This record gives sequence, structure tokens and C-alpha cells, in this order.
Amino acid sequence: MARITVKGVSEIRGPLIVIEGVSGIQMGEYLEVNLENQPSRKGRVLAIEEERVIVLLYQGTYEIEKNEIETEFFGRTMQLFVSEDMIGRIFDSLGQPLDGLPSIYSEDYRDVNGLPINPTSRIYPRSYIETGISTIDIMNTLVRGQKLPIFTGAGLPNNKLIGQIVRQARIAEQDGSEKFAIVFGAMGLTMDDYIYFQRLFKETGTLNKVIMFSNLASDSAAERLLTPRVALTTAEYLAFDKGYQVLVILSDITNYCQALREISVALETVPSRKGFPGYMYSDLASIYERAGIVENSKGGSKGSITMLANLTMPNDDITHPIADLTGYITEGQIILDRSMHNKGIYPPIDVLGSLSRLMKDGIGEGFTRKDHPSLSDQLYASYAEGLDKRRLAEVIGRKELNRRDQILLSFADKFEETFVNQGDEHRTIEESLALGWSLLSQLPETELTKISGELIKTYMTKSEEEIA
Amino acid sequence: MTGGTVDNARIVSIKGSTVQVKGLSSYRMGEITFVGEEKLIGEIIEIEHDLATIQVYEPLEGLRINDPVFLTGKSLSAELGPGLISNIFDGIQRPLEMIKKITNSAFIERGIQTNALDRKKKWLFTPNKELQKGNIIHGGDVLGSVIETNTIECKIIAPPSTYGELLEIQDKGEFTVTEPIVTIKNQDNKKSELTLMHEWPVRVARPFLKKIPVHEPLITGQRIIDMFFPIAKGGTAAIPGGFGTGKTVVQHQLSKWSNADVVIYIGCGERGNEMTDVLREFPKLVDPHTKNPLMDRTMLIANVSNMPVAAREASIYMGITMAEFYRDQGLNVLLTADSTSRWAEALREISGQLEEMPVEEGYPAYLGARLANFYERAGQVVTLGSPYREGSINITAAVSPPGGDFSEPVTANTKRFVKTFWGLDSTLANRKHFPSINWFTSYSGYIDVIEEWALESGLEDWGRYRQEMFTILQQDSELQHIVELIGSKALPAYEQLIILAADIIKDGFLQQSAFHPVDSFCPIDKQMKMMKLMLLFYQRAHLLIKNGCPISLINSLKSVQILKRMKEDIPNDNLMLLNKLEDHIHSEMEELGSKYGYKV
Repeated sequence: MARITVKGVSEIRGPLIVIEGVSGIQMGEYLEVNLENQPSRKGRVLAIEEERVIVLLYQGTYEIEKNEIETEFFGRTMQLFVSEDMIGRIFDSLGQPLDGLPSIYSEDYRDVNGLPINPTSRIYPRSYIETGISTIDIMNTLVRGQKLPIFTGAGLPNNKLIGQIVRQARIAEQDGSEKFAIVFGAMGLTMDDYIYFQRLFKETGTLNKVIMFSNLASDSAAERLLTPRVALTTAEYLAFDKGYQVLVILSDITNYCQALREISVALETVPSRKGFPGYMYSDLASIYERAGIVENSKGGSKGSITMLANLTMPNDDITHPIADLTGYITEGQIILDRSMHNKGIYPPIDVLGSLSRLMKDGIGEGFTRKDHPSLSDQLYASYAEGLDKRRLAEVIGRKELNRRDQILLSFADKFEETFVNQGDEHRTIEESLALGWSLLSQLPETELTKISGELIKTYMTKSEEEIA
Repeated sequence: MTGGTVDNARIVSIKGSTVQVKGLSSYRMGEITFVGEEKLIGEIIEIEHDLATIQVYEPLEGLRINDPVFLTGKSLSAELGPGLISNIFDGIQRPLEMIKKITNSAFIERGIQTNALDRKKKWLFTPNKELQKGNIIHGGDVLGSVIETNTIECKIIAPPSTYGELLEIQDKGEFTVTEPIVTIKNQDNKKSELTLMHEWPVRVARPFLKKIPVHEPLITGQRIIDMFFPIAKGGTAAIPGGFGTGKTVVQHQLSKWSNADVVIYIGCGERGNEMTDVLREFPKLVDPHTKNPLMDRTMLIANVSNMPVAAREASIYMGITMAEFYRDQGLNVLLTADSTSRWAEALREISGQLEEMPVEEGYPAYLGARLANFYERAGQVVTLGSPYREGSINITAAVSPPGGDFSEPVTANTKRFVKTFWGLDSTLANRKHFPSINWFTSYSGYIDVIEEWALESGLEDWGRYRQEMFTILQQDSELQHIVELIGSKALPAYEQLIILAADIIKDGFLQQSAFHPVDSFCPIDKQMKMMKLMLLFYQRAHLLIKNGCPISLINSLKSVQILKRMKEDIPNDNLMLLNKLEDHIHSEMEELGSKYGYKV
């Protein structure tokens, strides 16, 4: 398609420019604005009215001269060259290298907006991922192809948790039969966090498996809208074309949503809650829904995209639109809890609030272990009841509790001290299950209403032996 | 939906999911148009002088000013005929399996035109023997039938607007959906041919003879629904709840186990994997009422969250039109929509692009009217045509209130039009109490109707059991406030008994596991008997306590665990075992009484 070059613009406001008197422009078209002594700026056509074109510039409009600038329309939407050579490299949100190495040239290129996956082509995710963290593996099992955000608050150790998952999780078979890659989308990250992740990848020896797309806090907000899209376009290529097991880490969704609000306000869209645009749900869905597994032409799977996303809840408020809409799209959430953190518990995972929607089909006999579902239910139920008793004890004092209540309360305490508070330890699923059983052995058997007698016979004695 | 004629029209502006067009040869609200060289499907939603605004059901990237526009002369319509059941469609009735075949890709590409019904498949048509040449055919008359699946015999009915003299009807034989089976001569002596399928504009409710009052329950096999907050066949219900409260599981349970004839499940702006889960699971499940695979009565509409919003807006209408088609055959149809909030958001988004004045939270002023319009298409009706048929549509719609706040516009407006409200509660969900239907905020507007039905069906105790259980739960909730302050030890024994009884009801009756092979579906007889046993236990224990028996002895009775576990321990096909449990409870209580000298 022929390129069209136009001189001058008619309006400049915020990140938007308006160009008049131009025809033949496509909706969503990619363009570059050429500036003297500066790298060209990239943009996208957002709306067209007759010969009036509204354009979003990803690097902003500062220092653009109205009458002199030249805009070059490329006759196509924005494309990203994709290749396996990207692994181990660092790029900006437009796919340009930031590591001083040459640009990627490849025969394969993709539209960064992607297309929706046909539900009939999806394969329902069922293979669990062992993360080595008890509260995730036993209580909120992560499954390959799942999208799971971490709802965190300012100052909570969410990055440390992601680090631990990257270090310990077995996403792909380690016998070399499966290819593995991490795609990292840094959205509005502070330099500190950015360095943390770089160091993490280096320390875990995964640096040569990571593709980083970096948009830091100081970078343009408009460009941030592209970061998750280039990251996922790359991930889709690796997973669905090249058969990789891909872990996508996005951080931080909150920064992304704030950029979305900024741009939507500039476009004068009608705001809904807290000034966020009404289309934020659909927009977030167009990111999260790109995770999953699709079948290949033979009906088998091609590879997978598993997604972990950091989401900092403003003011720890889980009903904030960003957390709320995310919860409606993702397949569960891991919630970090400030009061646990203050007690010195790591990882401070709120076991009752967290959820993995895909867990039920990925655990149990033939997956993890036969006793896993019941054990998990029982731990959950007894812990929940123990917490109720703790609240009661806060009012009437521990001594006033009856014997049963005291047992439950001390169970809840132990559960937090040992099961949740595991620190940097790496626990296999078997170790976590055994720990669960040994905690349950402190309860009278009449309390174990969620576990069948048969399972208790098989596993309870066994884990006591193990302890001995 | 294929074809279309090119017009001199041209695109003059492109924005969001809408384009504006000038120079059409005709301007009709709601007309389906194809936009651009790729023929993206759209619908005219606003007309101003010679400027028409078209809402496009596919992404607009790549469209240009001056690109062509094609008119079809049709409104957004559903194809109605055999072959809908067991199928999965997108929001504008394109079969997703067919899209997969055409694109040979895992992704939904743009500009794909395909028919909803397979044009090549032949169906064995059996003509209606009553019909004879010279008969006058009216809209809704049964022309014959086709075995659509093992469960469903699809009646071939004359389209609602039909009127004419029967000239010819084909003998029993195999036909595609477009081959003529009946020829009629209408009033102005024109011949017209009727086929196995016809089309109907989705935004217009299909006509019926009259609405009649609802009179029997939709049996769902879900205890809290059937016994506490029942829905009548032809009734409407909303299921609002924050994320993680189990809306989708409730919807799945209703679609799996309800005694409806046909189930239409609309995944409207929800997760892709959830639809895949349905596609994976339903063919394996057996309908407890017919013993056939569940897919034989089910059809799915999947317009998941990252598919175009405009098609999401249309998906609800597409679903209800298909429901009306089966209703008109004299069947009971259950339509579950998950979730209407996403539909409302699509409405908001399109309204924003039209620069309409928003009211609450950016929603357009007509949100309530559109919701009313949708829910009013449910109901029990006498259909058009002969023979006499009654059919009904149930709507159960999930609502996803932001932050779980039920006062937001979609929930508040929905409440105005539905008669049953199953409010999901995040506190219950956090305790893994599922279904997390809160028994204090929920209500059913069909209690009187069901009560009458229960009397006639030999379930005369239903109303009384329900009331007694409610009373226990109500008293329990008041006591819980005190327990939170001073602990349960301080309460008198009879109040501790109320807490125990409520605990048994909550654990053993209200909680129901969707994933347990036995508990997932609970037959009505079992539900009634379970209530009976729990209340019996409470009354007996009450007597014991009155006679001075300490609560601790009652707490440690085996019966307590038995009552809590009978939902899973008693197989649904051997309910006689419940009588044994009853004997056991009796004897345990009597033993306790005689041992300590209390009267039972």
C-alpha cells in the first residue's frame, strides 16, 4: 500500500493531533511524524471524519510545530516483527531494541491488536503448575494457560512473590521436550522495580529466556497502551506458532489503566466510574483473554500462554474499578494482605480471598494427588472458622472461648505460622500436602467434615509417620 | 447472512465501532449493511438527513473514507429451523465451528459471512397429516416435523405472517432447510413457498395468541432455588453477584439440571475458557429428565469479552428470538444470559459513540426500557396457529454489579422487571458456602403459584417446611449478633439448639456442591424429605432440651453428621435409604431420652 505524506497539522492537544485535508487514510493506520534532529514519533489513527483525521501520538506532542511537521501514513496498521531471536532481548513498546543490539527483521509480522480466539478452538486448561508455594499449589492451584492477577497494595512484596514463582515454577517440562520463554511487559514501572526484575531474571538464570518490553514510569502514557499488546503478540507467536510454553508477566495493570483513562479523557469519551472509560472492561478483556491454549490442526495443543499480572489496588480497595473489572475477567486472583504482611508473614497471601477458578479441573487423582481437593477444602473451612474464633476472642478474650473454639483458633494460628509463612523455601506439592495433613492432625477427627474416612485413613497416618 | 447489493453510498466518518454513511438509496432503521471491501457486518442505528450511522459488529481497522457500503434489505434476523440445537454461535448467529473451518485458524478473523443453518444437510420431514389441499394456513400452524436431536422434535411451523390456501405439501422425505415443503396461494393469488426454516428480525418479539399466567415451577434440582426461591416456568430471575460469588456456576447448574425442554446459554462478554468448559462438559453429561446427552437440548451463543461489543449487544436479542422459536413449538425454553451487565456496557459504549446524553454512570436513558423489553419477552403463552400449544420462556440472567454494589443502575433497573431475585453474597462465597445465594436478600415472586402447584402435586408440606426453616434461619441470624459479642456459651440451651439447627440447614441443605456427582442435582422428593428430617430433628431435640437435656449431648449425636451428609451419602436413585435415616434419628433421640429419663 502506498504511503501518504502530509505537511502540517490543524490541531494539537494532549497526545492527539488532527490532520485535515487528507484522504485515503485507514482506520487504525500506523504513521510516523518526522521531526528535525529527533527520532520520529509513532502514532495511530483513532477516528476519521471525511478529510479530518484524529491521531494519537505515542510519544506525545511536545515540541511539535504546527505548520512544518510532516506526517507519513504507512497504509497499514501497526505491525510487529516477531521471531524466536527476540528471546533474551529488551525492546520498547513499539518493538524497537533498547539493548543496543540490532532491530529484529523477520518474515513474520503480526498486527499488535490480535484477534479474539474462537472458543471452539480453545483447549480447556488442566495441567497444574507447581510453583513451590503452599498457599498457591494447595489452595489456589495455578494451571497452565490460566490468567491470574496478583492484587497487591503499595509496599507489599508482590514482586518478591513473582520472583519466587519465576525461580521455582515449572511451566514447561524440564526434560527439554518443551520450549519455555518468559515475556515481560513492564508498564509504567519505576526504575527500582525494573532493576529488580532484571536482576531477578539474571539470578534465576532465565535471562536468556526472557523478552522484555519496557515502558517505565517516566515513559509516555500513550505508549503504555501498546506495551501489553506487543508483549502478547510476541507471546502468541511463540506459543501458538512455535509451540513454546510462555509465561507472560505484566506489571502493573494499574499503571496501564491510568494511561487508558488519560487518553480517553483526551478523546472526550463519556467517563463511567472514577473517570475511567466505559470501555475499560472490553479493553482489559482484549488483553487478558489472549492467555490460554489453542488446539492445532491435529486437535493437540500448540503451546500455551500463562499470565501473571501485578495489580496494585489503589488504597488497598478491591472494589476499585481496576481490580473489580479485572476480577470479572481473569480466572481468579491472588490477594496480598497488609495485616499478614505487618505480622511478618511471607508470602502474605489472603487465603480466603484468593481464588483459582481453574483449580477444580487441574487437581486430584491423575493430576496432583487424590486427597488434594478434600484436603484443600478442609484446610480452607477450618481456617475460615478459626478466623471467626479469632474475631470472637478479640471481643471476649481467648480464655472465654470454649474448648472447640480454642482448638480451631490455635489451628488458624499454626496454619498462618507454618503453611502460609513459608519464606523463601521451595516446597514440592507432596511436601505441601504433608504439611496440610500434619496441621489437620491437630484437629479432632469429628472436625474433618470435608474429608472421607477412607482418605483420612490413607493419608493422615502416613503423614504422621513422615513427621516422626 | 450473505450477499447484499452495492449502493452509491460511501463512508464519511469512522469512529469506535460505528461508521457514518452518505448517499444510501434507502434509509431504514435497523437495516443490515455490509461495510467496506471486506463486507463487515453492520446495522443502521441512527439517521439524520442523508447521514446514516452504522454500528459494525467487527473491528474497523483498515476501513477508509469512501469505502463502499452494501445494503441487504433485511433487518438483523435470526435463521430459525432445525439445526440450531447442539450448535454454538457468535452474537450474530454465525456458527463458530463453521468460522473455524473457513478460516482454518484458531482466531476469529474479520469479514466472514456464513449462514447459521447448514444449507446442505438434509432433514427427514414428516408432514402434518391433518393438512389437506385447500386448507387455509395461518401463521403458527404446524406443517410437519423433523427429528432435530434425540430429545427434540422440531415442529415446522408457518412463519407468523403466513396466510393463504394450501396448494401443495410434500410427502415424507428428506429436504434441506431451503427446499420448499409447502406451497400456498395468498390473498392476491400469489404463490409462495414455505421451507423448513424462516427468518425473523431479532429486535421484534415474535407474536403469540395471548399470555397466560404461569402455573408450575421450573424444577432445577438446586435446593435453595426449588424450595426457598422457586421460579415458575415462564418466569424471570436475576442472579447478581460480585466476582467470585459463583454466578457462572449457578447458571451452568440451571442449564444442566432444569427440567426445561430447550436450553439456550448466552455467554455475553464473559470468559472464553468458560465457554470452552461448557463445550467440553455438556456433551458428556446426561439430562436427568430424558437420559439423553445434554447437548441434545442445548444451544450456545458465545460472544466472549474480547469479541466485538456491538455483536455482544446483539447476542441477547439473537438468543431470545431463538428461544421464542422453540416456545412457539409448544416447548418450555430456559434462556440463561451471562451476563446482562456486559450487554448493558455494550449499550453504553455504543451510546457514547453516538454522543447521546448519558444518565447514571454513563448509561443511556433507555437502559431501563431496553431491559424491560428483554425481560417481557419471557412468559407463558398460547401460541399462534393450530393445533393448540402452550409454550414458555424462562429468563435467568446474571448481573455483575461493579464492586458487588446492588444499587448500581443495571442491578437496580433489572430488579424492576424480574420477579425472582437470587442475590449472591461475597461473605458466603468467601466461606465457600455455595451456591452463595443469600437467603435474606433473595426473594421469589412465584411463592403463591408454586404453593398451589405443590398442593396439587402431593407436596402439601412444602409451604410449612419452608416457613419453619426460614424461622430458624431468621432466629439464628439474630442470635449470631449476640454470639459475636459474648460467645455461644452464654446462650441458653434452646437458643444454642437454634444455632445448631441453622448450622445443619446451612451445611446440609443450603450448601450444594456443583461438582459432587450426587449432590449436583437433587430431586424434589429428596429435597422434601431432607427438610422433613431436619425439622424432625429440631423438634425432637427441642423437646429433649425442654426436659432438661444439656445441649452438649445433642451436639454430639451422630444424627447431626448424618443430617449434614445425607445430601451426598444418599444416592438419588435410592431415596428409600432416607427412611432408614429417619428411623436412626428417632432411635438415637429415644435412646438419649430413656438413658437420661427425658421425655421425647
